Amino acid sequence: MFDQIGLIFSTLVRGLPVTIAATLGGIALTVVLSFVAGLALLAPSRTVRFLSRVYVEGFRGTSEMVQLFWIYFVLPVLVGFELVPLFAGILVLGLNHGAYGAEIVRGAVQSVPKAQYEGAIALSLSPAQRMLRVILPQAVVEMLPSFNNLFIQLLKSTALLYFISAEELTERGQLLAPSLPIAQLVPIYVIELLFYLLLAVLITVGMRALERVGARRLGRRAPRRRSTPPVTAGGV
Amino acid sequence: MDSHQPLSDAQAGTATADREMIRFDKVVKRFGDNVVLNELDFTVSPGEFVTLIGPSGSGKTTILRLLMTLEKVDGGTIQVDGEYLSHMERGGKLVPADEKHLRKVRRHIGMVFQQFNLFPNMKVLQNITEAPMRVLGKSRAEAEERGRELLEMVGLSEKVDAHPSQLSGGQQQRVAIARALAMEPDVLLLDEVTSALDPELVAGVLAVLKDIATSTEITFLCVTHEMQFAKDVSDRVIMFDHGQVVEEAVPEKLFTSPEHERTREFLHAVIDREV
Ligand SMILES: Nc1ncnc2c1ncn2[C@@H]1O[C@H](COP(=O)(O)OP(=O)(O)OP(=O)(O)O)[C@@H](O)[C@H]1O
Ligand SMILES: [Mg+2]
Repeated sequence: MFDQIGLIFSTLVRGLPVTIAATLGGIALTVVLSFVAGLALLAPSRTVRFLSRVYVEGFRGTSEMVQLFWIYFVLPVLVGFELVPLFAGILVLGLNHGAYGAEIVRGAVQSVPKAQYEGAIALSLSPAQRMLRVILPQAVVEMLPSFNNLFIQLLKSTALLYFISAEELTERGQLLAPSLPIAQLVPIYVIELLFYLLLAVLITVGMRALERVGARRLGRRAPRRRSTPPVTAGGV
Repeated sequence: MDSHQPLSDAQAGTATADREMIRFDKVVKRFGDNVVLNELDFTVSPGEFVTLIGPSGSGKTTILRLLMTLEKVDGGTIQVDGEYLSHMERGGKLVPADEKHLRKVRRHIGMVFQQFNLFPNMKVLQNITEAPMRVLGKSRAEAEERGRELLEMVGLSEKVDAHPSQLSGGQQQRVAIARALAMEPDVLLLDEVTSALDPELVAGVLAVLKDIATSTEITFLCVTHEMQFAKDVSDRVIMFDHGQVVEEAVPEKLFTSPEHERTREFLHAVIDREV
């Protein structure tokens, strides 16, 4: 019995690096795409706004799993170029969550009071300086709780990589299951859940630390504990 | 918007004897159907301290916001130090100003807001040094030295490293004044800068402003309900109503023996409110 739990544990642990790599890679791409697309949603140019809107609605409005199949199975047929499963996964996780993140960025930038823009104009700051020096430093602090939610959604979405055999946590569990007696399914899935929970807690701890830094930068005493608008990215 | 107008005479002769720092020429400003400024004309001389008074909604803030290029005119022209603010010249014609032109002319003008508008993501000194470094191209050392001087002038030397949120309203407003002065404006716009403050903090801010007004060449355009302050510092007071000048005079005259019934009513109302 304990041997088998040891086996389950060690097998599942070997799936963690891929899950962690997919999460971190996905988060990095999500952040970049969120800012690019989020600021593009506020661009003066109609064309830029339109293109960004197409991206956001396109990726929010379609199934993440189908997106993954497109990138991993269909794209190679079309362009003759196959991606490593992990990279295909990171690409889909980033593209999909970046679409949600774009709305977080747009909302946070718009929530900075108009008076801050006007104060910056009165000091003759250029549009770029206004955004980079005055608006974004304030908006980023507002974004953190929503990004925390989004990153946890992204973590859970890494289970999708099971379908393209990236050998991450969920897949390790699925491969292990048939070889063990039915009673052992419970420990497999309990350990799996605990691993996801642990990673989610780590993300939250990190994001809370950033929130505290942000609050201090803005001269606020403690991070305001407030309910964040639910960010419902498609989970599995 | 009347975008194509011939150049006026005022534009041709730049350095006339009686130079004008601010010139409003038949300025029209509407918000939808609401005509806020209706062919408004007025001028302010260099170094002059002019106070605008008038009932709520008469367009005082709108005048300052037009000068700060936070709003666009719907007709007429505005000039600052002989240069068009609302428009620019293109092939002998006046066309509405573009962002580049606005950025150039804006530098002459500073504004202090009712709600201070300090940047919470910067400490007090950085609020003051940011624009001089990034817009005027000053070195950090230069900007910080000037920043400390200005903070001393407004009596806040010890708050250099504070966050704006740690300051009282009066202190925040004095930082905002220092921040505006750091850009070395020719014109400083003050929009009810003490009306968001607790009564006991008003005097400190007004004292600082009075000090600056008497010790610098800056041209002031000020909107205030502090009539005693207006009397003390103004060279001229302009009474507005319905987007037009009702009357203008030196403060002693306008406050004691106004010519127009409308001005008398307004002053009575304000003084009643103060008591
Ligand atoms: N952004 C805006 N959109 C629509 N209407 C506006 C806007 N700004 C000002 N107005 C209108 O323009 C008129 C003049 O406003 P303004 O703020 O200039 O008045 P004011 O003289 O400063 O008044 P107060 O003494 O109350 O500050 C008002 O009728 C106001 O409702
Ligand atoms: Mg006003």
